[in-house]
Amino acid sequence: MVIWLLAIEDLSASIGSKQVLKHFNLRINKGETHALFGPNGTGKTTLLNVIAGIPRYTVDAGRITFKGTDITHMSMDGRARLGIGMAFQRPPALRGLRLKELIKIINPQTDATAILRKMDFEAFAERDVNRGFSGGEVKRSEMVQLLAQEPDFVMLDEPDSGVDLENIKLIGQAINTLTQKDQRPSCRTKSGVIITHFGHILDYMKADRAHVMLGGSIVCSGNPGEILEQIKKSGYEGCAGCEACPV
Amino acid sequence: MRSMSGIEEKARKARDKKAAYGTDVDLESYQSEAKSRERVEDSEDLPDVVKEAALGVGVKLDAEATGEYVQMDQTPVVAKSLYEGVEIMDMASALDKYDFLQDYWWKLVAPDADKYTADVAQAQPAGYFIRSKKGMKTVFPVKSCLYLGSSNLNQRVHNVIIAEEGSELHVITGCTTPSHVDRGLHIGVSEFFIQKDAKVSFTMIHSWGKEVEVRPRTGITIAEGGSLSNNYILLKPVKTIQTFPTATLAGRGAVASFNSVIYSTMGNIDIGSNVFLDGPDTSAESISRVVSVGGEVIARGRMTGRVPGARAHLECVGLLLSEKGRIYSIPELDGQSRDLDMSHEAAVGRISEEELEYLMARGLSSDEATSVIVRGFLDVEIKGLPEDLKQEIKKITQREDLKGAS
Repeated sequence: MVIWLLAIEDLSASIGSKQVLKHFNLRINKGETHALFGPNGTGKTTLLNVIAGIPRYTVDAGRITFKGTDITHMSMDGRARLGIGMAFQRPPALRGLRLKELIKIINPQTDATAILRKMDFEAFAERDVNRGFSGGEVKRSEMVQLLAQEPDFVMLDEPDSGVDLENIKLIGQAINTLTQKDQRPSCRTKSGVIITHFGHILDYMKADRAHVMLGGSIVCSGNPGEILEQIKKSGYEGCAGCEACPV
Repeated sequence: MRSMSGIEEKARKARDKKAAYGTDVDLESYQSEAKSRERVEDSEDLPDVVKEAALGVGVKLDAEATGEYVQMDQTPVVAKSLYEGVEIMDMASALDKYDFLQDYWWKLVAPDADKYTADVAQAQPAGYFIRSKKGMKTVFPVKSCLYLGSSNLNQRVHNVIIAEEGSELHVITGCTTPSHVDRGLHIGVSEFFIQKDAKVSFTMIHSWGKEVEVRPRTGITIAEGGSLSNNYILLKPVKTIQTFPTATLAGRGAVASFNSVIYSTMGNIDIGSNVFLDGPDTSAESISRVVSVGGEVIARGRMTGRVPGARAHLECVGLLLSEKGRIYSIPELDGQSRDLDMSHEAAVGRISEEELEYLMARGLSSDEATSVIVRGFLDVEIKGLPEDLKQEIKKITQREDLKGAS
C-alpha cells in the first residue's frame, strides 16, 4: 500500500457559514512539489489554511492525513511539529520580537546567520518581525522562518506577490532548497504546494505537478508548463469545461 | 544646619490628608520605628539576602558602576561614589554638610501634598543625595537599592538628585522586599533637579510582596536643554501602588520621556505621569505598556502645554488577558497655548488571534506563543540609556514567567 505524504479525501470546509472547499481531493507524494492555479476566491488559500489547521475554518466532511496520521482535527502547533510549514500570504507584524530571536525560537539548533545571509536579509535580523517590512521583505522573512523550521511539507501562499525580479529568483532558490530540488529526484523526501497567480516564480523553481482549482475543487491536473500554457491561452474559463482528472 | 520648622508645621496639618488618587492606606497599621542596621564599607560586605534581592530588581552591585547606595529599612548601609565628579551621600549627612540643600529640600514635592508626604516630612531624613557636578558625564549607572527587610514597617525615603549644568547621569534604583517580608509600606519622596543641558536617565524597578503598599512621590524640574528618560518597571505582585510623578519642563528645549512597563497579576496599581510643558520648544513623551492577568491597573497620563511650540505625545496600551483583570487607561491632554502639537493613543485589547496562529504555525504551543507576544509587547524601546542598562531592562522584561492567564 502506498502511503502518501499528504492525502486529502473528499474534504469540505467552511469559513463562517460559507462553504469554500467542496469534496476536495488531493494526494502529494514524498519529494513532489505541486502548484495550484485558480482565480481569486476559488479556495486556494482556504485549502492551505485548512491543512495548516487555522481554527477559524471548520471541516464539514472528509479527512486529511499526513505521514499516515489523521490530522483533520489536530492543533496547529501539532501539525507544525509533525512537519507542516506555511509561508503566509499576509503575515502579521510582531511588535517587540526580533526576527533573529524568532529564528532561534523556531529552531534553536539552526544557523540563523547563514539563513539570513542566504536570503540577503542580514540587515533585518534585529528588526521586529514583519514590522514596517515592504511586500517583498515580508516574503523573504517568511522564507527565512521556513528555512529555520525545515518542514517536510511546505505550503507557499503567493510567495512571489509584490516581489521584484531579483528577489523572485532568491525566493525560488529558497523554495528549491526547502523542497530538496538540489538533490536527485529519488533522494527527495520533502514536498510542497505553491499558490501562484502569474507563474513567474515557476521560472526559478521546480514544480512537478500543477492543478487548477475552480469553485472549491480541482478541475484539472497535469504538467505545470502545459497547464500554465493552457491557462494563458484560454483563461480559467477554458478550464471550467474540463472534467476533473484523477490526481 | 537644618531649618525645617515650616516644613514640619505644614506636614503636621496634612497628617490626615488623603491622596487624590489610589486607595487610602492606614498609616497607623504600620510600624514607624525601624531597628538600626549595620553600615558596611562596600556593597560586597552586604548580607547575601540583600545582594540577591538587589539582583532581582536589576541592580548588579558587583558590576561596573559610578557609585552605589543601599538602604536597609531606615538605615543607609552603603553610600559611596567611585567618580570624583559625582557625589553620593545619605540624605541626613548631606543635609548636615550642605546649607545650599535647603534650596532643594521639599521644593518640588510639597510636604503637605498628602498624608504620605506629610509622614515622610515628619520622619528622620533617609534616602540618597546624588549630585553630578558641572560638566561631569558618566556612562555607568549609579546603582541603588531600597530594601524593605522588616515586616509591617513603614519605610520612608527622601531622595534628592541634582544634575548640574552639562552633566550626564544614569541612575538605576531597585526597590524590593525579600520573600520573608509579606507586609509593609514604602513611601518614597524624590526630587530631581536637572539643570541646563544636563542629561539624566532614571530607571526604577519594583519588586514587592503581595501585602506591600507603595506610595512614591516624585517632582522633577528640567532647565533649558536638559533631558530626562524616566523608566518604571513593575512585574511582580503588589497590594497597592499609586504614583503620579510630576515633571515641569521649565527651560527652552527641555525634553522628558516616561516609559512604564507593568505586568499585573493582582492588587491595585495606579501609575502615570504628569508633565507641564512650560518652556518653548519643549517636548514630552509618555509610553505605558500594561499587561494584566489579574488585578486593577489605572494608567494615567497628563500633559499640559502652556507655551507655543510645545510637543507632547501619550501612549497607553494595554493587553488584558483575564476576566479577573481591569485596565483603565486615562490619557489627558490640556492645551493652553497656540501652536501646540499634542496627541495621544490609547488601546486596551487582547492578543490578536492572527499573531497567535502565526507563531503556532511555526510549531509554538498556544502558551508559548502567548508568552512570546506578551514579552514582545513589554519590550519598550527606551531611548537615551547606556547599552548595559538597556540590556538589563531587556533581561528583566523578557523573563520566561511572564505569560498569559493560566
